[in-house]
Amino acid sequence: MSSAEQQVQRPQSSSLSMIMVLSGIAMLSGFLVVLVAQLTAPIIAENQRELIERALVQVIPGSITHREFRLLDGKISPADESTKGQSIYAGYAANGKLLGIAARAGAQGYADMIYLLYGYDPACECIRGFQVLKMAETPGLGDKIIKDANFQANFDALDARVDMQKMALVNPIITVKHGTKQHPWEIDAITGATISSKAVGKALNQSAQVLLPQLRPLLQQMRPSEEKP
Amino acid sequence: MSQRKNDPTITWDTFAEGLWDNNPVFIMLLGMCPVLAVTNSAINALAMGLATTFVLVASGFLVSLLSKYIPKQVRIATYIVIIATFVTIIDYVIQAISLDLYNALGAFIQLIVVNCMILGRAEAYASKHRPVKSVVNALGMGAGFTIALLCLGGVRELLGAGALFGFDLFGPQFQPWVVMVLPPGGFLVLGAWLLLFDWLKQRKELKQPVVPGGQSNAA
Repeated sequence: MSSAEQQVQRPQSSSLSMIMVLSGIAMLSGFLVVLVAQLTAPIIAENQRELIERALVQVIPGSITHREFRLLDGKISPADESTKGQSIYAGYAANGKLLGIAARAGAQGYADMIYLLYGYDPACECIRGFQVLKMAETPGLGDKIIKDANFQANFDALDARVDMQKMALVNPIITVKHGTKQHPWEIDAITGATISSKAVGKALNQSAQVLLPQLRPLLQQMRPSEEKP
Repeated sequence: MSQRKNDPTITWDTFAEGLWDNNPVFIMLLGMCPVLAVTNSAINALAMGLATTFVLVASGFLVSLLSKYIPKQVRIATYIVIIATFVTIIDYVIQAISLDLYNALGAFIQLIVVNCMILGRAEAYASKHRPVKSVVNALGMGAGFTIALLCLGGVRELLGAGALFGFDLFGPQFQPWVVMVLPPGGFLVLGAWLLLFDWLKQRKELKQPVVPGGQSNAA
């Protein structure tokens, strides 16, 4: 069939019909997307809540119950749908004692941003652990930051003392070359996953430098008076 | 007005075309971005294969259903909108099924939109055939794509991490061949599979009796 014949068979459509077809398809598309988004929204929210809850148990060892607060302009308030600010989680023992707080942090890893949740223990002024919320690090290499027991041991009690006058950490958290860790605020990197290890250190340092000096004076507000023994 | 082929018969070949003769990965070499990027483990490969199959089937059905109403000047834009719709849907569905899986697949779910295999099938097949036939063909293409991804993901996970679907197979003394889960491993394994398939194809062609005056398939 020649192109001239095709022209006869498929005449040039008017602009109006093109606009109508595209608008119609776009409306159908919008309807389908909104329908699926509405149907899956509660399930996705529940999945995210479970992910955070699982991570909180790990990063605040011994915690049984958790509460979410929001930090905005140096003030902290219990989280509900209307409160704005950065999410801070508090973990409590069965008797209501505040065991620790947790916050999110993030830094650029090897493949993409690494987002994590870390737990701070006010009693020892140290970071007690972290859990990865989202990352795309290479399986077998970068994902060792979750699996490597020696690396995780860095966070048994990672020093994060706060200098309240300078409003910063006394010693910045830093990732050092594997085998050269000397101080409790240093993180011993994993050989072969240096970029991912450094990203964890950077994320923790950036977040802790800003958040912990703000949060230390506010800890009292996170202790629920009615739950005290 | 439509160029639709009116032959509605659905044969085994309608489905099996994508499995072997026109396998999107091993024969047509389409959609290489996810093929190389997410096949570092078998589970990622399977999830990406299934997600792509869903988009392929759903967009093929809708394109075929609407093809006679779509003016040819805006057909590509329309196909992209339809494909993007189903990609967004599968994106939400995977988030609802498992956040861990969603995180592992990263940006590649959204990037299914630009997988040229899907647009290619919409233009070359779905717009010219009836909905049921398009769906059957898309299922075959999707199955072929998934199998190809699994071929890569399985080998790469086995050699690069000593595991399959996350189950450790060789014990702690196994020294993983780490390059296999890194990007170069994708190219190496794809190259090895292509070599194998081409060798098999050549062997098959050599065995076929030569028909005098007949057309040769050899490229």
